[in-house]
Formats: sequence, C-alpha cells, structure tokens
Amino acid sequence: MMRDTVILRVVVKLLLPAILIFALYVQFHGDYGPGGGFQAGVAAAAAIILYGMVFGIPAARQVVPQRVVHVMIPLGVLIFGGTGILDMFLGANFLDYSPMAARKEAGQHLGILIVEAGVFITVASTMLAIFYAFGGRAEELDSDDAGEGER
Amino acid sequence: MVAVLFGIIRARNLFAVVMLCGVYSFLMATVMVALDAVDVAMTEAAVGAGISTVLMLAVLHLVRSREAPLRHSPAIPLIVCLLTGAALVYGTVDLPAFGEAGAAQNQHVAPYYILHSQEDTGSPNIVTAVLASYRGYDTLGETTVIFTAGIGVLILLSGRRRRRSEKAAKEDRSA
Repeated sequence: MMRDTVILRVVVKLLLPAILIFALYVQFHGDYGPGGGFQAGVAAAAAIILYGMVFGIPAARQVVPQRVVHVMIPLGVLIFGGTGILDMFLGANFLDYSPMAARKEAGQHLGILIVEAGVFITVASTMLAIFYAFGGRAEELDSDDAGEGER
Repeated sequence: MVAVLFGIIRARNLFAVVMLCGVYSFLMATVMVALDAVDVAMTEAAVGAGISTVLMLAVLHLVRSREAPLRHSPAIPLIVCLLTGAALVYGTVDLPAFGEAGAAQNQHVAPYYILHSQEDTGSPNIVTAVLASYRGYDTLGETTVIFTAGIGVLILLSGRRRRRSEKAAKEDRSA
C-alpha cells in the first residue's frame, strides 16, 4: 500500500509497541481503572490494522495469520461461556465466579479476568477478520484490474 | 460538532466525509470524558474514530469516492428526520435532570453496586464489576453479538469470492 513513505513506516514502528502495551494495560488494569476487554481488544486490533495499512495486508497476515484469527473469534465466546458452565459445575449459578478461588472476592476477581480475556480475544479477532476481509476484497479487485481491466 | 455536521452534509467528496465522521467521533469522545464516562469515551475514540474510519476507507477503495447526484427530492427524508428529531427532543422533556439523586435509574440497583461492589468482587472499578460480574450474562450476550456480526461479515465477503472462483472455473471448462 504505502511502502515508499519512510516517515510513516518509522513512526508506525515506533508507535506499535506503545499501542500494544497500552492495550495490555487497559486489559489488565480494567479492574482498577477505566477500560476492559472490549476497549483493549479494539486497541490491539487497531495496532495490527495500522501495521497492515502501512506495510500491506500480507505483512499483517504474517504477524497474525488469518487462520489464527478465525479460530480466535469463537474461542473468546467459548472461554466466556465455558467459565459460566465451570461455575455451574462448581456449584454456583451460571457466571457466578465466587467458587473459583478460596476466597469469594478472589474468585470473582479471577472470573472477571478470565471473562475479560474472552471478550478481548473475540473483539480483537473480529475486528481483524473484518479488516482482512475488506482488504482481501480490495486486493482481488486490484488484481482483476491488472489482469482483465474489469470494472 | 454542529460545524462538523454541516461539513458532513455539504461535502460531496466521500473521502472528506469519512474524515469528518472521524473528527465527529473524537468530539463525541471528549463529550463522554466531560460526562465522566471514560470507558465509553475510549470505546468511542477507538471504534468510532479509529476502526470504522479505516473500514470506511477500505470501502472507499472499492467504490468511487464522489457522491452520486440525488435522483429524488431530499424533501421526504428531511421531513422524516425532522419528525424523528422532534419526537426524540419531546421525549427528553420528561427525563429527570442529569445526575439527579432521586431519579429512578439512581435508586434501583445503583446504590447497591456503589456500596457493595468492592466487597462482593474485590474490584475497585464499579463499571468492571457490573459489566463482568453482576451483569455477566449481558456481557456474554454482547460478546456473542460481536461473534455473530464477525461471522456474518466473513460469510458475506467470502461467499462472493467463492462464486467468482466458480464462475472462473466454469469459464475454464467452457473454454
């Protein structure tokens, strides 16, 4: 896409770690400050999308392969729902995390962390999958333009 | 925000419209910060200004970037918008004042959450406690909605590709 612009590439390379660290901070600090799985997932996906916009979608697909993304979308929901079912096996209500650790609050805390991780995985991978899908369509049209002069 | 809105309405270059929508989302995020809803502000800035702008640009890459001239008069949509807006404004007349302690939404479960969420969940952030623990069922539903939306987009976009490759295969056979 924009492989010629040196300034853009250098700035993006500097920004990427900061964005990813910020995403992780929002994810794991969500218990104490603002944020949580949804915001962190979007931020992490935005980092990869920025990388894909500047270095081309094939480069982004090398960082996070499409197959991994497609596995991650249902995985997050499974983690969330599985936590709830695990709670039922532990003798509590669905999504009542209290019995997951020795103390009630610790169990709640652990449950919130796991569930937020599930939200993170599904949100980030869904955003990435949509981006890949749109980007892939654009690439197809480009190759069509080059090949047949269609459209 | 009003100036940006008029810019969006007047602009005919869709690239400018997408950028102005991003600006509008950032302004909306600052409004959320001013209302002390930092979580919503982060979501608005990341999704509204970030991801959706990128997706709009990806769509613009697929279509022409100038708005087509209107084929019908804009009067009917304008009337519908004005009527809907008037109904919504009329609906806000009955709402209690912002932050009023006696309002219904501040009397139901909110006092319980504020008093007990720390001891119940050990999480000092009430928003997280409500989101993931008290209303965990709702959040599971939201995650499922995102999951469904992602699967839907994937099926829509990959279905087109399959049809195209089938067409190509048919052409190969006939040739």
